[in-house]
Amino acid sequence: MDFISYGLKAFFSTRPYGWDMIRAIRSCKTAAEERAVVRKECAAIRAAISENDQDYRHRNLAKLMFIHMLGYPTHFGQMECLKLIASSGFPEKRIGYLGLMLLLDERQEVLMLVTNSLKQDLNHSNQYIIGLALCALGNICSAEMARDLAPEVERLLQFRDPNIRKKAALCSIRIIKKVPDLAENFINPAASLLREKHHGVLITGVQLCTDLCKVSSEALEYFREKCTEGLVKTLKDMANSPYAPEYDIAGITDPFLHIRLLKILRILGQGDADASDCMNDILAQVATKIESNKNAGNAILYECVGTIMSIEDNGGLRVLAINILGRFLSNRDNNIRYVALNMLMKAIMVDAQAVQRHRATILECVKDSDASIRKKALDLVYVLVNESNVKPLTKELIEYLEASDQEFKGVLTAKICSLVEKFSPEKIWYIDQMLKVLSEAGNFVKDEVWHALIVVISNASDLHGYSVRALYRAFQTSTEQETLVRVAVWCIGEYGDMLVNNVGMLDIEEPITVTESDAVDALEVSIKRHNSDLTTKAMALIALLKLSSRFPSCSERIKDIILQNKRSFVLELQQRSIEFNCILQKHQNIRSALVERMPVLDEATFSGRRAGSLPTSVSTSTGTARNLPNGIAKPAAAPVADLLDLSSDDAPAPSSSGGDFLQDLLGVDLSSASAPPGTSQPPKAGTDVLLDLLSIGTSPPAQSSSSASNILSSIQDDKASLANLNGLASLTSLSPNATSASPAPMMDLLDGFGPSPQKKEENGPAYPSLVAYESSTLRMTFNISKQPGNPQTTLIQAIFTNLSPNVYNDFLFQAAVPKFLQLHLDPASSNTLPASGNGSITQSMKVTNSQHGKKSLVMRIRIAYKINNKDVLEEGQVSNFPRDL
Amino acid sequence: MGIRFILMVNKQGQTRLAQYYEWLTLEERRALEGEIVRKCLARNEQQCSFVEHRNYKIVYRRYASLFFLVGVDNDENELAILEFIHLLVETMDRHFGNVCELDIMFHLEKAHFMLEEMVMNGCIVETSKANILTPEMVMNGCIVETSNANILTPVQLLEKTS
Repeated sequence: MDFISYGLKAFFSTRPYGWDMIRAIRSCKTAAEERAVVRKECAAIRAAISENDQDYRHRNLAKLMFIHMLGYPTHFGQMECLKLIASSGFPEKRIGYLGLMLLLDERQEVLMLVTNSLKQDLNHSNQYIIGLALCALGNICSAEMARDLAPEVERLLQFRDPNIRKKAALCSIRIIKKVPDLAENFINPAASLLREKHHGVLITGVQLCTDLCKVSSEALEYFREKCTEGLVKTLKDMANSPYAPEYDIAGITDPFLHIRLLKILRILGQGDADASDCMNDILAQVATKIESNKNAGNAILYECVGTIMSIEDNGGLRVLAINILGRFLSNRDNNIRYVALNMLMKAIMVDAQAVQRHRATILECVKDSDASIRKKALDLVYVLVNESNVKPLTKELIEYLEASDQEFKGVLTAKICSLVEKFSPEKIWYIDQMLKVLSEAGNFVKDEVWHALIVVISNASDLHGYSVRALYRAFQTSTEQETLVRVAVWCIGEYGDMLVNNVGMLDIEEPITVTESDAVDALEVSIKRHNSDLTTKAMALIALLKLSSRFPSCSERIKDIILQNKRSFVLELQQRSIEFNCILQKHQNIRSALVERMPVLDEATFSGRRAGSLPTSVSTSTGTARNLPNGIAKPAAAPVADLLDLSSDDAPAPSSSGGDFLQDLLGVDLSSASAPPGTSQPPKAGTDVLLDLLSIGTSPPAQSSSSASNILSSIQDDKASLANLNGLASLTSLSPNATSASPAPMMDLLDGFGPSPQKKEENGPAYPSLVAYESSTLRMTFNISKQPGNPQTTLIQAIFTNLSPNVYNDFLFQAAVPKFLQLHLDPASSNTLPASGNGSITQSMKVTNSQHGKKSLVMRIRIAYKINNKDVLEEGQVSNFPRDL
Repeated sequence: MGIRFILMVNKQGQTRLAQYYEWLTLEERRALEGEIVRKCLARNEQQCSFVEHRNYKIVYRRYASLFFLVGVDNDENELAILEFIHLLVETMDRHFGNVCELDIMFHLEKAHFMLEEMVMNGCIVETSKANILTPEMVMNGCIVETSNANILTPVQLLEKTS
């Protein structure tokens, strides 16, 4: 409707509040104009407020609500609401309460001022005013107000007018949510509401009972026992009621009430066979009789199916419910299909077999044009997959990956990768599927997924040749997928000889002829490709270095390619290029040892790392295995090449960043290198053994001809305190300050490379014990110590003391730390804490700070225990650690 | 709480009515409205009326140039909410007579009063249009329920309250 004709419509009634302002706002062309209008209006309203203009107060507040809706601050109008509420007229009060609900929130102190007005209005003689007060209270009441006004609301639950009773019922819900202790006062009045005939009272009464059940198990028992039959009868009456014009929607009397009743029956029937029995008949009746050609009917059927799925088992009803869902699923209306998928998700917990029957239809829904349906269907397929159907389902999903639109590819890829990893029956299948995903949607694949693929390939020694050939083939067709390129580059670097010589040919493979220079071509392409990112290019440089010893015929060409990066603007590439060139030219004798094939990557370590890098790193006892420094267990005869390999298979210990196993392993810690050269920091100590070692190889020419052991000793000369390296080279000679008994010698080893000389503290500094957490019931004290020579790691002994007269059972201490910390918790000395400090529980933990010296320790804690079988939870944060930990 | 918020938005994405049942700051509200309006208005007629957003769902329906968007908890019955939107529109229709965007703009407080009678604290209070509109009728002086002795004429009402 245009403005002029609307003016006519409005002409016959009174001019609405704020007519001119709204007209002005509507005619604004730009946001700036709108702001100007609003500013002017706000100024006028403020002026009126300061003049205490009573006649226009409610008009001004109406304008303010409009301004508030547009998203401008309106806090200056809050006191006006209170004044209007305190005034005597109904229209003023009404708009005052509306303003209160829109402009204020329960956390503001102004709200406290309104409690008194509310109390008066709840006791008012006029029922409409009582209604206003109830409505406001129901929408914004705080815990204090709830306590103050609960008796009034309780009384109003029995008010003579049903319109007040219904509002009082919803108000009670707010009160019991704010103050659950008050719930028991409302159980009896709520039960009596269920016997009413007025729909408004019934629907709100049922809602009140539902919420009471949620906050109090006592209420649940009570309603289950006393009201189940009554509710079943009400539902029956509703279902069989004659035409009621005021409540009729599409031939059904009040579908909203139907749904509320079904919802409460669900709660009452859950976990109780008798109550479930009682409602079987009516559920069957609703499920069979309600017409499903209109939305209202479908809404009820949908709710009914939900109830049947939740209550105690009744075979016949379940079949009925699944059939309804089947019908929904084949409906043309997308809304109906959406809810069907939604409900099947719940049904799968109850009856997976029945849902499996609809697999084909669900799979079709994954390809729907509607994003909401696609997502729901994909979630459902994800839970439907098991060992027996993973192959066909994955095939379908991967085929669809090609056709799906860009924004869906991300979700789909993540789901496929997760499925393939979880259910893959054999390695070759896994590699095949991952290859397909990488070639189709490699840009959407997360880092840990392709890292995992490399780990799997590395572990499948019989498939090395197959993998590298398949990757090479895929690489020829789709060079646009970043992660595919990375995996291919890594494999060509490692297994390039197998690619060329067709080693380990499988029967299913087609023969392929690749020359040595073809393989180098592939790497050159990936370095020169303009959209390759830094990681890919860096990986390609390493791969080239590795190929240089495997393909002697191409070594000149490889040197050229590597040299081309000497002038790269990216520091990382430039550095690599120069270092690698140095190896190629000056260190022929050790080159072949340097670039040996990587040893098999440890799958357990990788998966441990992966699990450990989850965002909430609440450490459990699983940490022990992966902190074992297996470098020390290596045979003493390990050559330098092995030392290099430390960066690979011992990666978990050195890098405590918790992030990327493979990044460390490939020596691509690019975090600092990717910053602009001017601002880039020196590489973090200990993150990249490989680079450090190599850079030593390029320093003074005196060492250029040195053999493997010379490099070792030169390191020792340059940077002292490398006792552990000694220990590595020959386990027999332990230097005086060797700390081979310490739990993380790898740390030492790497710290030795750090630019700053390490302070040696034989016994570690002493720290006073600190009270880390204290409440009225519990105290936790930390005794802190350091191991000598290992500044990053802090040993903490936590001592818990019970300050209350009750015994704590099932005592459980949990702690979480930010990512730069690694936490290891040992088991507690006991799980029972005696009362009144007559004993204590001790528990030790170990925290490793990867940002030692930059950031200090911080820890979030949670302590759970039981007093007389009641759960208690305490939470807190410990931030008073000494600064230098 | 089932319903988290109710929004009415025009085709251009301008908010015409916003009622929240959980407190959000001004900035949060602006951001949320922007996000969901962008999400919902981009969808076509054939697509379903439900969009998942953050940790809840939006059920929306379009009437002429106005979109009604209702944010609900995940366990809420989506189809029932659609039906509820329809009830809301019918109620407004009965009051304004063929309701349009401008009716809601110029009578924002009346639209809120109606909504207030239908939803409280995120729960449905009343589903009968006559009952929802009674207070509004009382205010406008056209009383329908004469049988109910408790309802006063506006004149009486004002006299009594003042």
